[in-house]
Amino acid sequence: MVLLFSLLPYPLSEILKGLLMINFETILFYVFAALTVFAALRVITARNPVHAVLFLVLAFISSSGIWILLEAEFLAISLVLVYVGAVMVLFLFVVMMLDINMVRLREGLMRWLPFGAVLAGLMAFEMAWVLSSSRTFAGKAAIKHGANYSNTKELGRLIYTDYVFPFEIAAVILLVAMVAAIALTSRRRKDAKSQAIDEQISVKKADRVRLVKMPPEIHARVNADRTAEVAR
Amino acid sequence: MEMLQMLQDAGRGLFGPAWLTVWTLVKIMAIVLPVMGAVAYLTLAERKVIGYMQIRIGPNRVGYFGLLQPIADAVKLLFKEIIVPTGSSKFLFVLAPIMALAPALAAWAVIPFSNGVMLTDINAGLLYLLAMTSLGVYGIIIAGWASNSKYAFLGAVRSAAQIVSYEIAMGFALVCVLMASQSMNLGDIVRGQHGSFGMLNWYAFPLFPMFLVYLISGVAETNRAPFDMAEGESEIVAGFHVEYSGMAFALFFLAEYANMILISFLTSIMFLGGWLSPVPFLPDSFIWLLGKVSFILLLFLWFRATFPRYRYDQLMRLGWKVFIPLTIIWVVVVAVWMQTPFWLW
Repeated sequence: MVLLFSLLPYPLSEILKGLLMINFETILFYVFAALTVFAALRVITARNPVHAVLFLVLAFISSSGIWILLEAEFLAISLVLVYVGAVMVLFLFVVMMLDINMVRLREGLMRWLPFGAVLAGLMAFEMAWVLSSSRTFAGKAAIKHGANYSNTKELGRLIYTDYVFPFEIAAVILLVAMVAAIALTSRRRKDAKSQAIDEQISVKKADRVRLVKMPPEIHARVNADRTAEVAR
Repeated sequence: MEMLQMLQDAGRGLFGPAWLTVWTLVKIMAIVLPVMGAVAYLTLAERKVIGYMQIRIGPNRVGYFGLLQPIADAVKLLFKEIIVPTGSSKFLFVLAPIMALAPALAAWAVIPFSNGVMLTDINAGLLYLLAMTSLGVYGIIIAGWASNSKYAFLGAVRSAAQIVSYEIAMGFALVCVLMASQSMNLGDIVRGQHGSFGMLNWYAFPLFPMFLVYLISGVAETNRAPFDMAEGESEIVAGFHVEYSGMAFALFFLAEYANMILISFLTSIMFLGGWLSPVPFLPDSFIWLLGKVSFILLLFLWFRATFPRYRYDQLMRLGWKVFIPLTIIWVVVVAVWMQTPFWLW
């Protein structure tokens, strides 16, 4: 590689070297960022809902790449594990099963456009406000840690010490939501048929199979053939 | 070691700062090529083992003892036409086998083969593995959907439900392991099983139910018999890959077997002490790991030869009503046990 660079004219080789060495992380950041924005745009512009869900998966994966660049490997990997590996699989599951009418899906765009635009503008304004306010991030570079720094350990320590109550409360709220969702949707029909699995498993051979002792059938068969012959 | 050092120095001189990339690529090849070879010969081993279990001989025509059979199969698959069904989503149809194989290979990045011998030594290795193995299902789902075929779609839906259910039990079993070892680094997990009692120090003993749950969930995760509902040839023809032929089909095949080998490696590393020797007076070595992996692979083949396919509702019942409660209870048991002086590991 270095041999290759030395063949190039002086400034060009220096620029290439600089790109390769110093700013490799920056290049990665722009690649992941561009991919995230592209995928997010395709989520709302893709005609096919299944394609839209797959682009959402791509958006998740590329944003987890950005998080890894920020040394937040726990968040990045759990984003892939939880959202891509479980939530989006179930999403795909549902979207693939739906019988979606494309024409009905596309009408009413003009009606909802102003509302959506206001909402999007509001969100963009909020994000810009938070990101540019002096109290949060402005002017602060991300702190670089050494190779021994374990983001997972630090997060675990924080969650189970300083933030233990918010964490537990969030867990309880999720549990309540889950129980409520199941209670609301799981309605047992009166005529529904179900299998008693316990009975099925605890069944013994003697309950189902009866071995019958009987003489071999050869004689009967031969006799039957003979009578048939005589009759003919 | 000295030769490695010399190679490193020579490479650094030749490639300069790009040497790190080149060296990593060399290491990746050193892992992927043997895995591919192992996959090829695992297919032969499967046919031979199941053959002997059913009092047949198995393939014995191509090469001595049938040893060239996998190569003949690969050549045949390479030369077959890939038929793309009409009305299918072409891009996704081609993407699906790649999506199935890529995570199966990516997971190998963190597997420790011996003390300190691994591609990357990351602290969140266990988490990375869980994430990578959870991505494999996309290949199956996309294949089933993109094929535009009822059988393929049914296979994909079955597989998605099955893998998502068994992933939870698998994750909880691994939570027990990381509680016992107090680390998510796979190398540290193996080193945590080192002790003066040889195999009695392995996590398979205190976490025995989790060992079984992990092994069985592993069979379910790789869609192997008796949990091969996604293929189920007597019910839905060949399930998700019914429309695939030639090399595209071969990639699914590769992914399934690479996943089997991966799960065997993981079981050996998490529960059977990885490269550690089972008896204190013999040295630890990579050979032990290979032996343990081969044994678990034999179990995979044995299961296939022995058990009839599960019914779908039984499969779901086993996952949700038996494994998940069992693993959750065992997490609590281990947590309490570790606070007592009776925790010896």
